[in-house]
This record gives sequence, structure tokens and C-alpha cells, in this order.
Amino acid sequence: MPIRTTIKKGAYYDSVALMQVAKKLNSVPGVLDSAVVMATRENKSLIKASGLLTPEVEKAGENDLAIAVSARTPEAAEAAFKAAGELLDKKPAPASPGTDRRAAGLDDAVKTLDGANLAVISVAGRFAGTLAADCLDKGLNVMLFSDNVPVDTEVALKKEAVKKGLLVMGPDCGTAIINGAPIAFANSVRRGNVGVVAASGTGAQEVTTLVSNEGAGISQCIGTGGRDVKEEVGGLTFLQALEMLAADEATQVVLLVSKPPHPSVMRKITAAVKRIKKPVVAVLLGGETKERVKDDFYPARTLEEAAYKAACLGKGLKASKAKELIYDMNLRAEELAKKEAAKKKNSRFLRGLFSGGTFVSEAQVILPEFAGPVLSNAPLDKKYRLKDSVKLSGHAVIDLGEDEFTVGRPHPMIDFSLRNRMIVSEAKKPEVSVLLLDLVLGYGANLKPLDDILPALAEAFKANRELSIVASVTGTEADPQVRSRVVRALEAAGVLVMPSNAGACRLAGEIIRLAAKAKR
Amino acid sequence: MGLFNSELKVVNIGLESFRQGLNDAGVKSVQAQFKPPLSAETALFAKAAKAAARVDKANRKALDRILGARPALAGMGVALDVIPGMKRDLILHAGPPVAWDRMCGPMRGGIMAALMYEGMAKTPKEAERLAASGKIKYAPCHEHSAVGPMAGIISASMPVFIVKNEAGSNYAYATQNEGLGKVLRYGAYGPEVIERLKWMEKTLYPTLKAAIESLGRIDLKSMVAQALHMGDEVHNRNRAGTSLFYRAIAPAVIKTCPDPERAAKVLEFVNGNDHFFLNLSMALSKASLDAGRGVKDSSVVVVMARNGTDFGVQLSGTGSKWFTGPAEVPDALYFPGYTKADANPDIGDSAITETNGLGGFAIAAAPAIVQFVGGSAADAVNYTMAMYGITAGENNIYKIPYLNFRGTPTGIDVIKVAKTGILPFIDTGVAHKDPGVGQVGAGVLSAPAEPFRRAFEAFAREL
Repeated sequence: MPIRTTIKKGAYYDSVALMQVAKKLNSVPGVLDSAVVMATRENKSLIKASGLLTPEVEKAGENDLAIAVSARTPEAAEAAFKAAGELLDKKPAPASPGTDRRAAGLDDAVKTLDGANLAVISVAGRFAGTLAADCLDKGLNVMLFSDNVPVDTEVALKKEAVKKGLLVMGPDCGTAIINGAPIAFANSVRRGNVGVVAASGTGAQEVTTLVSNEGAGISQCIGTGGRDVKEEVGGLTFLQALEMLAADEATQVVLLVSKPPHPSVMRKITAAVKRIKKPVVAVLLGGETKERVKDDFYPARTLEEAAYKAACLGKGLKASKAKELIYDMNLRAEELAKKEAAKKKNSRFLRGLFSGGTFVSEAQVILPEFAGPVLSNAPLDKKYRLKDSVKLSGHAVIDLGEDEFTVGRPHPMIDFSLRNRMIVSEAKKPEVSVLLLDLVLGYGANLKPLDDILPALAEAFKANRELSIVASVTGTEADPQVRSRVVRALEAAGVLVMPSNAGACRLAGEIIRLAAKAKR
Repeated sequence: MGLFNSELKVVNIGLESFRQGLNDAGVKSVQAQFKPPLSAETALFAKAAKAAARVDKANRKALDRILGARPALAGMGVALDVIPGMKRDLILHAGPPVAWDRMCGPMRGGIMAALMYEGMAKTPKEAERLAASGKIKYAPCHEHSAVGPMAGIISASMPVFIVKNEAGSNYAYATQNEGLGKVLRYGAYGPEVIERLKWMEKTLYPTLKAAIESLGRIDLKSMVAQALHMGDEVHNRNRAGTSLFYRAIAPAVIKTCPDPERAAKVLEFVNGNDHFFLNLSMALSKASLDAGRGVKDSSVVVVMARNGTDFGVQLSGTGSKWFTGPAEVPDALYFPGYTKADANPDIGDSAITETNGLGGFAIAAAPAIVQFVGGSAADAVNYTMAMYGITAGENNIYKIPYLNFRGTPTGIDVIKVAKTGILPFIDTGVAHKDPGVGQVGAGVLSAPAEPFRRAFEAFAREL
């Protein structure tokens, strides 16, 4: 299929804005794939992987906008370019006097909003560091949603922040809830007494919604960015956040979410946890806390277990009550699994197609005990790395938020088109028995998830009579998408919906296990 | 006070949809526009940041001189007699230096008109040959303490206003505004153009000169301050300024002009040209900004000027060096029958008003011309507000009623421009690209990035 490109010279656009354009382009009839990116070196090498790099894009400079479209017909490509032009030229509605005025820059913004105390930065990574430093200079806390910020910049920013008594969440921090307000990719949760520190955005969304749905609430949720707990950064933000939650009167339970930190960072975190005179729950996905940290320390293996333990503690119950919640969920899962397993004749494999990276880690913690080895493009253990992210084999779980899928495209939580295609193409394989999905609701995510996903699910069921689709829906009733509405529609479409990703993984795993047992 | 114990107030930079969650949660937020910095040389930004204290002090000094200037109309004279360095064979033009072969149509037309006006050529053909022959020298008005709108042509016999900075010792010069229609500053060179210039020399000039002499001086600074309160920004709208000038000059014209018929003609000419005051507001700006020149380590812009080919910038701290880049075509409202394809790239010294905190920088004071900037008064306010992000200070005299009499953003700081990517906003007339046609519209534009990037990089390297 020929690739057509246009270049707009010297036209800077914010990358996230471009992703929204790319999303619209992919929905133009006849368009197979598209990329709308600033022609930086990184972006060029990344779109090369998706086969959209043309000589014109190669020649463009980093201040040029490149639009590449692969389409069935030249007319479809033209329609896509026209749509892109319209979207890019769309000017924000003019403000009327005294209402919502856009500030011309940081100086103007700080003057306009007296007492501003947090900057949320989502510009391209190469500009984000300087901007964050300017924000710190102005006494603002910073949430850096941007990624591709160099690690030495991150360290310098965080050291400066510590010195100033300010917080730098991120880079690559997707989620935070501060004083009850959802920031970036976050859900509308109850306020309460559970304070969260999370080095993972999806992890933060999962635990805060589970705590909230269980009737407890969130005091604060501080994102650190995934790299914070690595050796180079030394957990600077994580440790600051722990101190803040330790001192915060509204926080009575502390909940930590991370992949296993570097041992040197782990030692510092452990020491800090010991000093907190509040119960602390921790989930280090793919790692274990063997040490007996303190009496009221509650390690957890999954996000779900951690969230339920924190919710129980928050409600004044014992942490062990969490087991009962999970047990009840499993009873229901076993019933469902039996029914599903009975349908299986030739199909054997599980395919997990995830939009949330942390869910891929959690799936790898849970699935092997049901189904045996599970391959991934984001493996917890390198020996289970998939050779090719798009050619799935065996049991496999895929993170669609990894770079090979997201360059020039919106995040899969916003744009479902790529996953929809994979749902259908995997379902068409007779060996595929179970599709495992996550659906993340809340601010920042796709506001009309049902419109986008239901047609693909129907096509999948039609293509594969043995297929089971298991999903978790991360969200709350107060989210703009309304969780129960989404759950009901998915169930009506034949999807088995579980309250948590861990629950969905166990159900999916149990179906595979029972089906395999029956065959033996 | 800690973040958790304060009311959360968010500055959102980047993806605007992140504000939805904040709005729903009742959290106050503001969207800050982001533009990439003009220069990719991050080391230079670090260098500028390190020298910030020194630069701030220098900018304070330059700005104090600019704000402290007291420009007043001191008299009139003939260019050859009063403009320093003026010669018979020298023609001054708008913008940075440009050779004949690179000059745009309107500037060439203006020069041809000037040569015929001076009697050095009889026909346009002859004028064109002479202009290209090398016998005529060209120099920017700005290098001779002068400014001119559009083509900005000043030749030896042209009468000029003399504006004195009474707080210092510097002067600025500008011609009398010709009015609309076929005029030299838009590159027209027909007989009616020359005829009008001759009338201005023989009738308008002596009458005004005598009137000004009888008054002694006219305080231009307070006149501009009042004009801003009356809906002018004194670049694209000069109706109030012209009226104020008329009020000041009319009794003196009556008193000093022996011929009532002539007095009436002169007053009618001033009264009938809403832009008569423009040349005075430009000379006032020039006299003020020249006072801020030559302050070591100052990153304040003292000249923005266009010759229809290039856009040029000079800084207080970099002497007489020009930093240039291609001039762009303004976004304009065109007169019936014309389109953007007819427009010449941006031209004229009139951006000196913006450099002085007027014009586009003061557009919030001029709601009557908001159709040039998007149609709503809020758009005009937004443009002025944006300029506060790139200026070293605020004006002490020129104030904007709508903004609770906040001083206009004044003293463009090239470091701020380079860092924020926010470019100075200029409102301007638009010339036809061919000589002799005249004005085709009026509109607005952001200054091009290139001259500011160059100026910043050269300035920062010298720090």
C-alpha cells in the first residue's frame, strides 16, 4: 500500500494534540494507518518501525510537521490530509472578556491565576525539562506527564524540588489525584483516608478506583513516574511523597504501588516506611517483600490485593478481610469458568491485549499458575520476551502502550483502533480460546469506549465460536463514562466482566486451566 | 504552606483536555500556551540565565531611559538641513539596510517618486535608471535618527517634524503624513503623487512650521497617553491622536497664517487624514527608544523595522548591529478587489510604535479596530496580555483603561522572546507588492522568528 506524506514546515504542534489528530485520521474510511508527528530524529526512527517513514519525512527537520498516511486509495489519503488540515487549523473558540483566557506563557499564567501551586506539563519531552525548571523557580509543584525527558534532567529537577520543598511527579507520570482533583489520566474517586504513592499510572488508577468502589476513599494519590525508583533517581519523589503522606492528617493508611525498586532505593523506602506511624500496604509487582518491615506493614502480590487491604484498613476493618472479598469473587469466577471451558474443543491459547502497562505486569504475576508460561512484549522475566509484538504465539499478553505501538498514534486508552484490529485478527485464529482485555475509564481516557469497542467485540465473537472474552473495567460511577453503564453493555455483548484486572486474569486463567484439564 | 493544605490551583501546559477533570472537581486552572524556544542552543539559554542579574540591571537602566524620555514636537525643518548625515544624493528608507536589487516594489516606487520630486529625474523610466545606477546612496532612516511609515522614503528636500527628547539630548525626525490614496509611502509615483508632495512642501510645511514655532513646543507624550484613553493605539488607529493634534495646532495656524484660505486648506488636510498623527507617534517612539540605546548587557529591543524584504531588529546592548530575517506577509483584511496574493511582505518603520509599547502592544486600548484581530474585544485584550510575557516592564505613562489602567507592555526583552517563543505582535497597513498601486488592506502579524533568534544568539554569546 503506498504511503503518502505532507510536510508542514516550521509548524510546531504539541504531540498530544497531534495524537488526537492521528486518531481522527485513522477513522477516515479507507485509511489503514497514519502518523502525525514532529519530524524529530526519535519520531523518524519510531515511525520507521511502523513502515510510515518516507524520503520526504526523512528529509524534514525537527521543527517540521510530518503527516504520513497509508490508505487504500489516493482519494482516501486526500480526505485524510484534508481532515488533518482542518483539525490542525482549528482555533480555540475566542474567549469573551473576563472569562476563560488562555495565558500567553508561564509568566502570564502565574499572574492570571493568583496562588497557582501546581503545573501540569504535557508538552514534547525535549521542551518539558526547561519548562518544569521554570515552574519550580516560580514555586509551583510539577506534574510532568511528558515522557522522553532525559534521566539527568529528571534527577536535576527532583533535587531542586527537594531543596525547595516542592514535588515533581514524573516525568512520564500519567496519574495523580491531589486534594480530590483527578489530574491527567485519573478517575473520579471518593475522598477518604487512603493515601497512595504510585510509580505506575495504570496501577494508580486501578488501586484508587478499587478502594473507592469498595466504599473507602482516597486522600491523595501521588504519581512519581516509573523511573523514580531506579538507581539513578534514587526514589527522590517516592521518599518525598511518603513523608508528605506521613505528615498528612487526612491520610490514615498509606498504599504503595511500584514495580520492584532498585535494591538501594528499596532500602531507603523500607527505612522511610518504618518511620510512618500509619499502616502501610505495598504492592511491588513482580517482586516480593520478604522483610518484616514493621507490624502494621501489609505486602500484597497484586494491585487488587493491595487495594482491598488498604480499603479494609481505611474502613477500620482488618486487612485480612480483603481475602474474603477476593474469595467471593473467585467463587463467581469458577462458576463462569466451568461454563466457558465446556465450549472449548480446538482452541487453547490466551491472548491479553492491554492498554495499561501495569496490567500486563499483573497478568504475568497471576496467569502462569493457571496456564503455565506467558509471553509478552513487556516481560517481567526476559526469557519470556515475544520475538515479534504483532505475531503472537502461545499464551501472550501485550502492552499496547509500548513505543512500538504508540508513536504517531494516540495512547491505546484513547484510540482503540489498533487494539480493535488485533481483537478481530486474534479472534480469527482458531487456536485462540480467551481474549483478556482491560478497559480504563476516567479523565484523559476514551470518553466513548462503547461506541469504539462494541463492533470489534461482535466481530470477534462471530469469527470464533469457542471464544471467551474476559475484561476488567477500571473506573467509578462518578467517572464521565459511568462504570456500570460500560459494564452492562459489555456483559450484554457477551463479555465476562470482573471488578479488577487481577480478577479478570484469574477468570481467564481458570478457563484455560479447566479446558486443558478436560482435554487431558 | 503545603500543597495538601492549600486550595489547588493548576497551570495546565499542553493537552487542554486535562482541564476537564479539574473543572468537574471545581478546581481553578488556567491554560498556558506553549511555544518552543526560538533557539536550539540550550547552552546560550543557560548562559543568559547565569547572567540574569547583570542583564536585569542593564535592562532596568535602558527601560528607565526609555520610559523617562520626554518627546515633544520642537519644530520643523528640511531634511537636508536638519537630519544628521543627510545628503543630496542620499535617500533614506524604512527597515534594515537593503540594496536596490533586493528592494520590494513599493520601496522602488517610493524612491522613483522621490527622485522625480527632487527634480533629479523627469520620467519614471529615468528615475528607475538613476536609482539603479549606483549614483544614489541608500541608508535606513533608523541610522539617521529618523523613521518613515511603509516605504519610509526621505529625500533631501522633504520637510520633516523635529521631535526632541527633552529629558536627554537626542532628536528624531519624520516626514508629514501624506494621507490615503496614491501616495509615495505605498510606492505610488504618478504626477498626482509628486503634486501632493510639492503642496506639502510649499503650503503645509511653512504653515505648520510657523504654528509650531508660535506654540514653542507640543507635548507629544501626554497627547499619546490621552489618545490611548480615547481608543487609539497610535499605529493602525490615529483618529484620536490626530484630533488632539488638530486641537492643539488649529488656533496657532489661525493666528500665524496670513491667508485664511491657506489656513483652511492646511487644517482641512490635517483634519481629513486620520493617520496624520502616525508620523508623530513614530517620531515620538524613535526619540524615546534612542534614549535607551547603548546600555551594555541590555537585551531590550530598540528597533523593529521592515523594508518589505527583510525584518530587522536592533538591541540596546549590541550597538548598531542589525539582526535580520525575511519579512512576512501580514494576515489582513483586504480592500475590495484585493487578496493576500496582492500583498507585499511587511514594510515600514512604524513597528517602532510596538517597540515603544504602543501599536499592537496597546491594542487592548483600541476596541474600534478589533476586526483586524479576530473581531472581539477579548481577542485584542489577549494580544496585549501576551506581550507582557516578553517585555522588560510596563509603561508609566501609556495606560490601558480596560486593564484598569495598567501600563502597556514596554521594552521587548529578546531573551524572553527567544525563551517563550512568543513573538512581538504588530498591527499594520498592507502595501500592494507592485509599485504605484498603494494600500490594499490593513491587518496584523507576529514578527518573524529569525531576526529574534539571531539577535538572542549574538547577544547571549557576547555575555
